[in-house]
Amino acid sequence: MDRKPTARAAADPRRRALRRRRLLGAAFALPALLLLGALVAYPVVFSVGRSLFDASGDRFVGADNYVEMVRDPATLKALRNSALWVVVAPALLTGLGLLLAVLTERVRWATAFKLVLFLPMAVSFLAAGIVFRLAYEQDPDRGVLNAVVVGVHDAFAEPSPYPTARARDGRGLAGGPADGYTSGELRPGSVAVLPFVGVAPGAVPAGAEAARAPAPAPDGLAGTVYLDFTPGTGGRPGVVDDREKGLPGMTVEAVRDGRAVATARTAADGSFHFDGLGDGTYRLRVPAANFAAGYGGVDWLGPALVTPAIIGAYLWVWTGFSMVLIGAGLAALPRDVLEAARVDGANERQIFRRITVPLLAPVLTVVFVTLVINVMKVFDLVYVIAPGPVQEEANVLATRMWLVSFGGGNDQGLGSALSVLLLLLVVPAMVFNIRRFRKGGS
Amino acid sequence: MRRPTHVTRWLGSTAVQCLLVLVALVWITPLAGLLLSSLRSERDNASEGWWTAFTDPAQLSFENYRSLLEDAGLVQAFWNTVLISVPTTLLVVGVAALAGYAFAWMEFPGRDALFLVVVGLLVVPVQIGLLPVAKLFGAVGLFGTVAGVVLFHVAYGLPFGVFLLRNFFAEIPREMLEAARLDGGGEWRIFRRLVLPLGRPALASLAIFQFLWVWNDMLVALLFADGESQPLTVALQSQMRQFGSNIGVLAPGAFLSLAVPLVVFFAFQKHFVQGVMAGSVK
Repeated sequence: MDRKPTARAAADPRRRALRRRRLLGAAFALPALLLLGALVAYPVVFSVGRSLFDASGDRFVGADNYVEMVRDPATLKALRNSALWVVVAPALLTGLGLLLAVLTERVRWATAFKLVLFLPMAVSFLAAGIVFRLAYEQDPDRGVLNAVVVGVHDAFAEPSPYPTARARDGRGLAGGPADGYTSGELRPGSVAVLPFVGVAPGAVPAGAEAARAPAPAPDGLAGTVYLDFTPGTGGRPGVVDDREKGLPGMTVEAVRDGRAVATARTAADGSFHFDGLGDGTYRLRVPAANFAAGYGGVDWLGPALVTPAIIGAYLWVWTGFSMVLIGAGLAALPRDVLEAARVDGANERQIFRRITVPLLAPVLTVVFVTLVINVMKVFDLVYVIAPGPVQEEANVLATRMWLVSFGGGNDQGLGSALSVLLLLLVVPAMVFNIRRFRKGGS
Repeated sequence: MRRPTHVTRWLGSTAVQCLLVLVALVWITPLAGLLLSSLRSERDNASEGWWTAFTDPAQLSFENYRSLLEDAGLVQAFWNTVLISVPTTLLVVGVAALAGYAFAWMEFPGRDALFLVVVGLLVVPVQIGLLPVAKLFGAVGLFGTVAGVVLFHVAYGLPFGVFLLRNFFAEIPREMLEAARLDGGGEWRIFRRLVLPLGRPALASLAIFQFLWVWNDMLVALLFADGESQPLTVALQSQMRQFGSNIGVLAPGAFLSLAVPLVVFFAFQKHFVQGVMAGSVK
């Protein structure tokens, strides 16, 4: 009893010190905990609750908002697009990153290359969006992608020479530019003049000469395709006049019984001839390919391709990340294992498939999971790149949630439900993180 | 097995090099397009592709940038971006460092459970906070202000910040801290004199990551900022509707918003890559 005061005197300062230290610890953590509690944890609870009420928040509707997600076509479309994103983008990025990481190991300027590919990570999605809106422009004279596509296309399939030309009406050619034109019946030894109009004088190829119909071989057909238009006055329709030019580069076919038996291409003066045709009656055909409209390139941001196009922009941003992370994993692989395999006579592909990839599996998993989380939340790129009219086609969960809650939809019940869904979708990643952390020990 | 000769090996490596050069070109082209477009007149941009500037450099001028800098709204938006990202970065680093130290080396009730909650909050999407926090800010008058945008960003930057710094501080040798405590250093003194200097690499990575994250943000500011407090991303976004006729504003504007992250990128390459890597789990 009488020893208590001394014991208390000894214990008191220690206990007080402990209490002080605990208070101090709590004080250090307090600002963070307050902010997290008020602005992150509380909103999660609020959103879950709010998602069970209707648009105005007055009436409890249970799970109706979640049912509405699959019933509302626009939201369903967003769900589908998000699924497409998650299936395609992380896999592509991981694969691409692995490939590039392996390849860069073999060049000396790997650092510079990694720098270039990592650069887009510094760029905001808004800027990336502007960059790609520019690159995806439909007009091949403005969008670099279509400029390349059209260039390649025209290198293999020559552009049609006369997209605006049409035959002079009632002068021997029947048909239209969409189906091609066909002449009346001809026997070998005849000459045909095929008059066309609708080509601006400036659009006639520079090498074109005055039109001239050659004499046919006895067993052949000959003629000229020409621009039936005389600058100034004095031109007669359907007749080759002095100053009228031939249309070079037109394809003409000799058709017998509905089948093309010979093909010719007009010369600089518009002339063509078929020799060695058998006896019988023929028709001349000027196929539609001569009048096809020029190839305009791909409609990247049209409804059909808008999502793949935006995924392409996303790859541009994230490939560097995946490559650098996987590259770091590669650099940490045990060299002796790889060397041993080489000494044992394994070739590069075997080493890659049997040793490199299995050893890299943990790194690949981290990259993949990271990308899935980020892809799930993609917002800015879709919001910025998709042009107004196709926004609906391109929507993903995050953009749909935005539009429903704030962008005119004004249905905060459905909006909250969508944000809760977004959270639920990343819960597996949350579990993955916590487990990885606990396994890590510290 | 056929041993690769020098020739086949040389051919192989040449093919790899060519492929990589091609990939690098593909990666650079869109940015080059943006840069060149920003230096050409509206009329040139409307009629011909930016690549014609290579053969006709006379098209290039700083005219777009000059008129951009005369646009009071966009200049204000640029400063708003600075006013939002710098305080956010400082606050996140400061608050997260305090909490990181507390979680690593101090004792308080519920410490370990609370830290697991923080790890769990790492992946919470900002979308879930938009509506509730908007209501909250509306009630206290923070909605539409720079301060509101900053607070929101700080809160959503904290889980990663606390996580990163706590793990980094936990690696500090126990003996060092105990020696400092025996010397009679208070916790605050230890934190400032010992923990912060030792934690500098992690603090730098966090600061760079956080700065870029906020500088580049559009979504949060789209909701929480109004016409006067909006950052550059939001100001430019509102010009996207007339994309075709607005390249003369959008391209230099985008480049202006790119310039700062690019400088950070080239100045702090190592920390930048580490920051982005470490932040990847977000």
